[in-house]
Amino acid sequence: MMRYLPNTPAEVKEMLAAIGVGSVRDLFKCVPQNVLLKEPPALPKALSEMEIERHMAELGEKNTGAAMLSFLGGGCYRHYAPSLIDQMLIRSEFYTAYTPYQPEASQGTLRAIFEFQTMIANLFSMDVSNASMYDGATAAAEAVMMALRNDRKKRTRIVVASTLHPHYIQTLKTYLEGFTGEVVLMEFDQKTGRVADKELAKIDKDTVAVLFQYPNWFGVIEDIHAIAKAAKAVEAWLIPAVIETTALGILTAPGELGADIAVGEGQPLGIPLNYGGPGVGLFTTRNDHVRKMPGRLVGKTADREGKECFVLTLSAREQHIKREKATSNICSNQGLMALAASMYLATMGKEGLRKVALMNLKRKECLVTALTKTKAKLAFTGPTYNEIAILLPQKADAVVEKMAAEGILAGVPASRYYPALDNILITATTELHSCADAERFATTLAKVIGG
Amino acid sequence: MSYTSNGFTDIKFHEEIIFERSRSGRAAYSLPADDLTGAENLVPAELRRKEVDLPELSEIDVVRHYTRLSTYNFSIDHTFYPLGSCTMKYNPKINEKMARLSAFADLHPETPLDRAQGTLKMMFDLQHMLAEVSGFAEVSLNPAAGAHGEYTGLGVIRKYFEKKGDSKRKKIIIPDSAHGTNPASCAVNGFEAVVLESGPDGKICLDCLKGMLNDEVAAIMLTNPNTLGVFETDICAITKACHDAGALVYGDGANLNAILGVARPGDMGIDVMHFNLHKTFSTPHGGGGPGSGPVGVAKHLVEFLPNPVVRKNGDRYEFAILKDSMGRVRSFYGNVGIALRAYVYLLELGKEHIAEVAEHAVLNANYIKAKLKDIYNVKYPNDTLHETVFDDSKLPNHVTTMDVAKGLIDRGYHPPTVYFPLIVHGALMVEPTETESKETMDGFIDALKDIAEKAASDPQSILNAPTKTYIKRPDETLAARKPVLKYEK
Repeated sequence: MMRYLPNTPAEVKEMLAAIGVGSVRDLFKCVPQNVLLKEPPALPKALSEMEIERHMAELGEKNTGAAMLSFLGGGCYRHYAPSLIDQMLIRSEFYTAYTPYQPEASQGTLRAIFEFQTMIANLFSMDVSNASMYDGATAAAEAVMMALRNDRKKRTRIVVASTLHPHYIQTLKTYLEGFTGEVVLMEFDQKTGRVADKELAKIDKDTVAVLFQYPNWFGVIEDIHAIAKAAKAVEAWLIPAVIETTALGILTAPGELGADIAVGEGQPLGIPLNYGGPGVGLFTTRNDHVRKMPGRLVGKTADREGKECFVLTLSAREQHIKREKATSNICSNQGLMALAASMYLATMGKEGLRKVALMNLKRKECLVTALTKTKAKLAFTGPTYNEIAILLPQKADAVVEKMAAEGILAGVPASRYYPALDNILITATTELHSCADAERFATTLAKVIGG
Repeated sequence: MSYTSNGFTDIKFHEEIIFERSRSGRAAYSLPADDLTGAENLVPAELRRKEVDLPELSEIDVVRHYTRLSTYNFSIDHTFYPLGSCTMKYNPKINEKMARLSAFADLHPETPLDRAQGTLKMMFDLQHMLAEVSGFAEVSLNPAAGAHGEYTGLGVIRKYFEKKGDSKRKKIIIPDSAHGTNPASCAVNGFEAVVLESGPDGKICLDCLKGMLNDEVAAIMLTNPNTLGVFETDICAITKACHDAGALVYGDGANLNAILGVARPGDMGIDVMHFNLHKTFSTPHGGGGPGSGPVGVAKHLVEFLPNPVVRKNGDRYEFAILKDSMGRVRSFYGNVGIALRAYVYLLELGKEHIAEVAEHAVLNANYIKAKLKDIYNVKYPNDTLHETVFDDSKLPNHVTTMDVAKGLIDRGYHPPTVYFPLIVHGALMVEPTETESKETMDGFIDALKDIAEKAASDPQSILNAPTKTYIKRPDETLAARKPVLKYEK
């Protein structure tokens, strides 16, 4: 017997008798004979649990990068994750539950999502957060689509900082294929690594939305007030994206900038790297836009006896009610990852999150200091949080290979996305890196690049 | 009544919103004792924020809070969860254990490929296994969920016609029994959804479809078996008619569990389909996600798959960028941690057990149908596969489907999908899946019989349900009229 299939042969017989057919295959008579398989698909031979464990362990050995000293960031960040998160997350009552369509049987999930919405809204200083999106990139694309759909002046020009994560720009362009909207990129200043001042002039009266990321893909914190001012001047939808969300423990929040919609990635909030997914997309907006939002929302109400309780609400926006007129096609989101991010924020609390942010700043300073002993220097002068762009005297991808041979994943070569920036390496340090790690990085780098 | 053996009694702890537990000065984190004096000055003052409003708790506060919240949930591990079209099968524990192996969970997506070959091989092999069970040429793991897979698959179709220089085909035909995500995914892709009314037997009427096909139709989007659990017996004629008219066929893979290992959508002439790994391939639903919605395509559509695709080059696994791709649909490479769980599940099923999935799923559904069809009306009397749709038309005293659902909660069962598909008034859509035993289903059958009896003899007891849960029926109108979407002190 296969362990996930409880029916015994005797029970199968009883059930067939109750149905009134002779064999299980009789139940498939409605499937045309010519498409019924003569033999099962050619999968590998079934493995037992111990064989699977062995197989996965062997496969895992080929992921040599997972255990190395890593300075990889570029949209996915490794942070301290309190042990309680996974211990709570693996409770079956959370992870084997479905979407909370039956509120009486789902108050645990509903309450947790309500708290998630609250914590994310507070983190972003926005009025309201939804119950999550797939990831930061799709959240950003949905934000732009929401602006396009609801702009009173029906403008279509979307001004995007070229320093936004390349995957986000690519995803946005894909989503715009089904819409009327053109992307105009604001180029960055080669000196500061920020959007160049003169590029802000691209935000004009035809501009529907302004989308930018801080800290940006190079790790540089944009001149967020200047971008916000330019967007406000033409009443364009201001859409900041924060991917390294622990930065919001110290940096000005999107709501403080006057954002209309603010999006982000919740992976840094206690979620493992998972080779880039699952993380969790964050989507927040102002109260007056709530009914235009994509995705699920949980709201507070009372039950028949007046007791406080929570339900999925404002679902008249959603696909299962509105079908082609819905605000988005999203159905399943990243619920369990949203729960993980909530647990992280509840565990860190206001003090812990601020400390993490400050530690990230300090550990990055250790790296910056250590680098002064090498031929490498900072590529840009703009302020940074925990990630820096390093200008190398030679090609970054070759340096990455050599550093890897020394046991260090040094960072993301910018040339992976921008071939012209072939000497720039993007390197992240978090609270998990000690200053000794930074020293090792610098010493190894000096050895690799000479001097 | 045997359902009482599945009934439940419980102590429920009242739990406030987490902010109510906050006490100034408490901490649940553990961080190194760095001297952080003046660290904030590393960021210019104009880039710093005001305090973040988050709770202050000790570790036990956080643990108790979430442990207590968890007790307010039904879950598969508690009880039978027969949500139609959602395929709430058992989520194997080995999947969870393997997904947490550091070698996979702690791998960064920008790791040089030579140091990430384990994950890349897993992705490549899973793509191949999914292609094998569905009859498609290639599969992409990029989409994050079912609706995202629909979006992606329709994007493939859009790109196909774009490359052919055919700009006229902007319509997608969708049966009225379809999931709401189908027309919504069309809209996001810039397609117009056109509704095809189901025939009198709940199936696609082939002649009606033929009447709608013209040079403006890009595709039909169908679910097979459809949302009634009925197999489209004309499927090969349907796909041929579409292809003859120059249109493509999109398959919604939500109901793949009905035929897994027994028949393959690709062999029926379907051109594109998304999988729901969180349905058919046993990955947990997580209270709403994360899912994973890979897309499979026939040979003529491979070049339009989303970027990047995992390919094998000699002995090395790597990412390929397709020049005619429909584009990138998200950051990085999909919900890889979820894909890994599906991979482990398929390893355990193997060739030996893959067909038993559909066989037992269909057997279980038909058993429930046989036992209840005289008590609960079945609008469409066709043969059904993995799920069956009852309705409330035989129930007396104005007892409705919603009341039945709430009555089931009191009897320890999660309700079926209710009021869907839209073509059945008061629908109760039951999908037991293959992982449930006969005695579990017998308990459920008895509970539904008991509800029908009480609807006649003591309707108030059903109208008052549920009574055993942490909350009673909520006021949903109030929630929508005056939305409170976050906690305020």
